[in-house]
Amino acid sequence: MIRSVRWKGAGFTAPFLIGFVFLFLVPIGYAIWQSLFLEQQSGLGLGGTTTQFVGLRNYGHGFTDSDFLGSVWRVFLFACVQVPVLLTISLLMALLLDSVTARAAARFRPILLVPYMIPGIVAAIVWVNLYSPLVGPLTPLGKALGFSWNFFAPAMVWPSIGNLLTWHGIGYQMLILYAALQAVPRELFDAAHVDGASELRLALSIKIPAVRPALVLTGMLSIIGMLQIFNEPMLFRHVTPQTVTAGFTPIMVIYNEAFNAGDYDYAAALSVILAAILGVASYLFYRFTSREIA
Amino acid sequence: MSTTHAATTSSGERPAPAVRRAGGSAPASGFSRTARRRSDRFVLAGLVLFALYSVFPVWWLIVAATKNQTGLYQTNGLWFSGMHLGANLRQLFSYDGGVFLRWVGNSFLYAGVGSLGGTLVAMAAGYGLARFDFPGKGTVFAFVVGSFLVPTAMLTLPLYLLFSKIGLVDTPWAVLLPCFVNPFSVYLAKVYTESAVPWEVLEAARLDGAGELRIFFSIVLRMMSTGGATVFLLAFVGTWNSFFLPLTMLRGEQNWTLTLGLYDWTGKRLESGVDLTSLVLTGSLLSIIPLAVMMIAMRRYWRSGVAMGSLK
Repeated sequence: MIRSVRWKGAGFTAPFLIGFVFLFLVPIGYAIWQSLFLEQQSGLGLGGTTTQFVGLRNYGHGFTDSDFLGSVWRVFLFACVQVPVLLTISLLMALLLDSVTARAAARFRPILLVPYMIPGIVAAIVWVNLYSPLVGPLTPLGKALGFSWNFFAPAMVWPSIGNLLTWHGIGYQMLILYAALQAVPRELFDAAHVDGASELRLALSIKIPAVRPALVLTGMLSIIGMLQIFNEPMLFRHVTPQTVTAGFTPIMVIYNEAFNAGDYDYAAALSVILAAILGVASYLFYRFTSREIA
Repeated sequence: MSTTHAATTSSGERPAPAVRRAGGSAPASGFSRTARRRSDRFVLAGLVLFALYSVFPVWWLIVAATKNQTGLYQTNGLWFSGMHLGANLRQLFSYDGGVFLRWVGNSFLYAGVGSLGGTLVAMAAGYGLARFDFPGKGTVFAFVVGSFLVPTAMLTLPLYLLFSKIGLVDTPWAVLLPCFVNPFSVYLAKVYTESAVPWEVLEAARLDGAGELRIFFSIVLRMMSTGGATVFLLAFVGTWNSFFLPLTMLRGEQNWTLTLGLYDWTGKRLESGVDLTSLVLTGSLLSIIPLAVMMIAMRRYWRSGVAMGSLK
């Protein structure tokens, strides 16, 4: 009986496994396979195309492609600023919410979660219009205060996108950190209060260490997400194509190579490189943060 | 916002040493109580600022959806001027042969059917992984977790080529099939099964002679209804919001989703000089409603899902 039960267990997992093989493993394998080939125009471009095995040549090209490397660097720098900002603000929000009465927290929480209910592209549409000098309220506000800011200027595009991502993301991050804070035994806080610890001391010595694992995890997921940023810059490109170029982020470069240049083999090689970068980045982040905990 | 925090902390911190020196382990004195009250006020002010920041863009969107094109460009964005919501809706629903309504229908189809199928597949797989031992189980679970790291582009581009070989590109299946296989849902379902389905119940049912399928459908699924609702909700939100997959797979606008359509309309002004800003904003507001209704109605579920997915 035991043996048959075992295989029945595998049977429950089978629909997912079959799908996983065809929708994950096969495409990943296909991408790696494809990245080793190059499609070339034969002769004078009259005889159609031939596909030729080129080994790692696409990778060599990728590692010296200044457009691709530039986009990786751009997004990496952005993530280095954006992820800490996002996590700090969400942590601050969670700490504030955790230090008020349960009734006040219940009243504020749904309001703070409003941005989380907005689809990403719609959030981008809303902010692009808020930034817009034609319809947005921020430009007249700036004028009233004596600023003449242009949210789409080359130096301002990343801060503009960063603010949009912060607005859209803090609710969710706050929820995770708040849940972790709520799991800390309340007696600890009471004991600290009795000992005369201030709220700040309480936050630094008890609350923040307690949510550290949650911070590490959300930090890692945010970094993975930031390096793959695509939707928001694509929408910004619809408004300011001069500033947000076609190769603004790594995924945009890959998308552009595949669908505008039609070079699927090269796009496949670049996506393998990006996967490797993501893997290394997550591994380093994990090593770095977990060693600090221990 | 950060200055508020600094103010909170400095005013909250200073009295503390005094208390310790004076009373040792004595409960808060009158002096520290006023300090506490002052810091409470700063905390509240900080929360109000965050609340304003969270809500004002949505408020602006609601106001903008009630204006006509002239009002949008010439009046204060944060307050109403004239009521043109009805006219905007009529224009939105009739523009380009009513294609917007078609996008709404498509979004519901992909998110609804895709998440329902994906949830069922994930529940079965999660149950199989949590409550059975079979060869290769560890490998399967490693694949599930490892797939979180794979960039979407690395999956979607080869998938596009494979789908185009078998003629699935530009059909609803190109978006639906990937929804049926969601590793994160499987991970959640496994965690939920472990906490909601006791071994004893399964053994008792087996002793009573119930078949494995019957146990799954009439006992396990019922016991995991909360977990299932969470998995469904998170998948629905993910599909409703998805952009890269539909952008890659769907060429003809008849099959587009809401987000894809709104994205395309946003670009029309620079592309062809047709300014659809008013329609885009009204459509954006509409696209939030189903999601907001669903999340508010099922808030119990997704909150637990968020906590579960991040902490376990």
